[in-house]
Amino acid sequence: MKNTFSQAFHSPKFVVGFVIFMAMLLMIIVYPLVNPGNPLQQIGLGTFFKPGTYVSVQDSLNTGKTYTFKLEEAAAKRIQSKLSDDDRKAMKEWLMLFGVPESEIDTGNTESLLNIWENNYDAAVRIDGMTLAKRKYYARLDEKLQTILGSEGLVVSRGDSETGEGEQIAEVKGTDYVNVDDVANVVRLPLGTDNFGRDVLKELVSALGTSLLIGLIAGVIATAIGLTLGLVAGYVGGWVDDVIMFVTNLFTVIPSFILLILISFSIGQEQRGATTVAIVIGLTSWVWTARSVRAQVVSLRDRDHVNLSKLSGHSLARIIFTDILPYIASYVVMALILQISSAILAEAQLSMLGLGPRTTEVPTLGLMMYWSMAYTAQLNGAWWAYFPVIITIALVSFSLNLMNTGLDQVFNPTLRD
Amino acid sequence: MKAYRKYFRKKLLWFVITFICAVILNFILPRLMPVDPVKVITARAAQGVSDLTAVDKLYKQYAEQFGTDQPLYVQFGKFVTNAVKGDFGVSFTQFPRSVASIIGSSVWWTIALQFPAIIIGWLIGNVLGALAAYIRKGFDKVLMPFFLFLSSLPAFGMATIMLVIFAINLKIAPTSGGYGYNLIPDYSWNFVKSVIEHYQLPFWSVVLIAIGGQAVGMRSMCIYELNADYVKYSRFLGIKDRKIVGYVFRNAMLPQVTGLALSIGTMVSGALVAEIVFSYPGLGTTIYNAAVGGDYPLISAATLIITLMVLVANFIIEIIYGLIDPRVKAAQME
Repeated sequence: MKNTFSQAFHSPKFVVGFVIFMAMLLMIIVYPLVNPGNPLQQIGLGTFFKPGTYVSVQDSLNTGKTYTFKLEEAAAKRIQSKLSDDDRKAMKEWLMLFGVPESEIDTGNTESLLNIWENNYDAAVRIDGMTLAKRKYYARLDEKLQTILGSEGLVVSRGDSETGEGEQIAEVKGTDYVNVDDVANVVRLPLGTDNFGRDVLKELVSALGTSLLIGLIAGVIATAIGLTLGLVAGYVGGWVDDVIMFVTNLFTVIPSFILLILISFSIGQEQRGATTVAIVIGLTSWVWTARSVRAQVVSLRDRDHVNLSKLSGHSLARIIFTDILPYIASYVVMALILQISSAILAEAQLSMLGLGPRTTEVPTLGLMMYWSMAYTAQLNGAWWAYFPVIITIALVSFSLNLMNTGLDQVFNPTLRD
Repeated sequence: MKAYRKYFRKKLLWFVITFICAVILNFILPRLMPVDPVKVITARAAQGVSDLTAVDKLYKQYAEQFGTDQPLYVQFGKFVTNAVKGDFGVSFTQFPRSVASIIGSSVWWTIALQFPAIIIGWLIGNVLGALAAYIRKGFDKVLMPFFLFLSSLPAFGMATIMLVIFAINLKIAPTSGGYGYNLIPDYSWNFVKSVIEHYQLPFWSVVLIAIGGQAVGMRSMCIYELNADYVKYSRFLGIKDRKIVGYVFRNAMLPQVTGLALSIGTMVSGALVAEIVFSYPGLGTTIYNAAVGGDYPLISAATLIITLMVLVANFIIEIIYGLIDPRVKAAQME
């Protein structure tokens, strides 16, 4: 036994799978220590904040120390971020109406666009057919540009609650900078927030843990049932075998996922905790294990060492535990790995249908997927809400499948590369 | 032909037995639950109703509608006679539409989407898997991890990725639905064109997922066969490689046909969930809507019809298997 499992580490596939899996386990353990807190806490007021570092505006004004940088490209960058595509198109439209040839105007090049604008725009010029509203719009746009371009600073003032007058408390120049480390309140969201305003990364790590736990519970239950039935059917034989095989064949063709849907729905939203879902998945997915264990046991049943045990008058339990189980242990481990992987998938699919664990307690990979789809993250361009989840699900089952294939190659030498 | 007829009868009997068991399960599972499904339904329907007698009245009404106040065997008799008549009751969420009409309109979308996709994915996957096993070096090294990753991806994940790439970023396919919003189903060219456009993404995401899983299985099967004694002997005899590969492919295909029969349930379930991503008007989306809305009659009928679909597919595969398996053929010679 020990030998076969140490042999597994000679298989590159197993090692790769093992490393990915362990890395994920490490993440589950370490990340909550680094970034503690409730993963379901709704920190952002609003949906789908994009990934990045969020800095408190007020705190960044009150850091106490500001730094001055002379950067040439600062103004251009500032304007670039302020000028929307619509503004650019509007500017081009005006310039063309004014008589600038189209070939000279490049809306992608902020600097040249601004230069042409500066040289040509005049609020006093009347272009034929232009409505008053449109003229006013251009005047406003020009004003906005002048403000950004201007070198004067902005004034921060506090409104006096009694008189309503503004009192200047700070002046912010275009060249003023603060160090993010000096700002008291900074929120780092490497994966943004989801539709509830939760930190996606924190939620994902926690969900991965829950999903693995669901997989483990379901996998252990399914393997235990499958192993027991397979052992009994294979070893005892006769009508017991017939009955068990009938049931097994039945559940092989009736899709277990459909039973899962039916059971989950009947349990009802209130009763569906993560553990319940895991147990239900386990109860519906033992078929494959039972089949393969039975096939193994049937081939072992008439081996000499088993017969010898029987002749020596050993009890049924002892024969099964000492003469049969060690021989099929490797298969059982492989079956368990596959069960875990398919249980995680089953939970995700069930949650996608809205039949997963109830949503207030724990995040799971499936629930994250469900909510991001329910809030149409994919149509809003909020890739951070679903893409990491898909990749995580794929990585979990990829690593487990790799380990399984690696083990298969160890136990099944013809498959080796 | 006698042997085949025997094989056919055996399979047909098995089909009927499994179908009966599936119907019983479909009936009994919700009623076996420690929670009273009628209570769950009432709780949902009576949300915000504070008058206890009204809730009680509602409960009684539902209990009567589902017949849960009668003994189990009476309920089952009613369930079966209604199901045979195609009467699955009235949907809660799409009142007053009957469940039968909702299922009737969505089931064809699912069949038209899934069965071609699964068959094509299965074929491509098998050919690629056999190639990977035959060529081994290079091709195998690159493709196998890729296939393994592909088969690890859930169908809905693949669907989401395809949707984002092709529909949202490249804008070459529609984002959702089975046909354009502005169209009414008919046989006009406009409608057919719209259906074909909407069909592409769901179809290819199911195909890709199927390819991954099948290729991995076929590769192991072929490697196993390539090492078999008959291959070594044929090589020794100097039979051309191409011919040997033909034999190997045929031998490896047989277990793959059985494999398809065994895995079709899983594939169908995966594809059903993928439908939701595209809001495809099939059974997957119907189940989703029913689950969200707590529509018990709809869920019950939809799961029953999917089970029936899978069983029929299984039966067809078994029948075809009987035609191509040399062992069944050999029995006919006797």
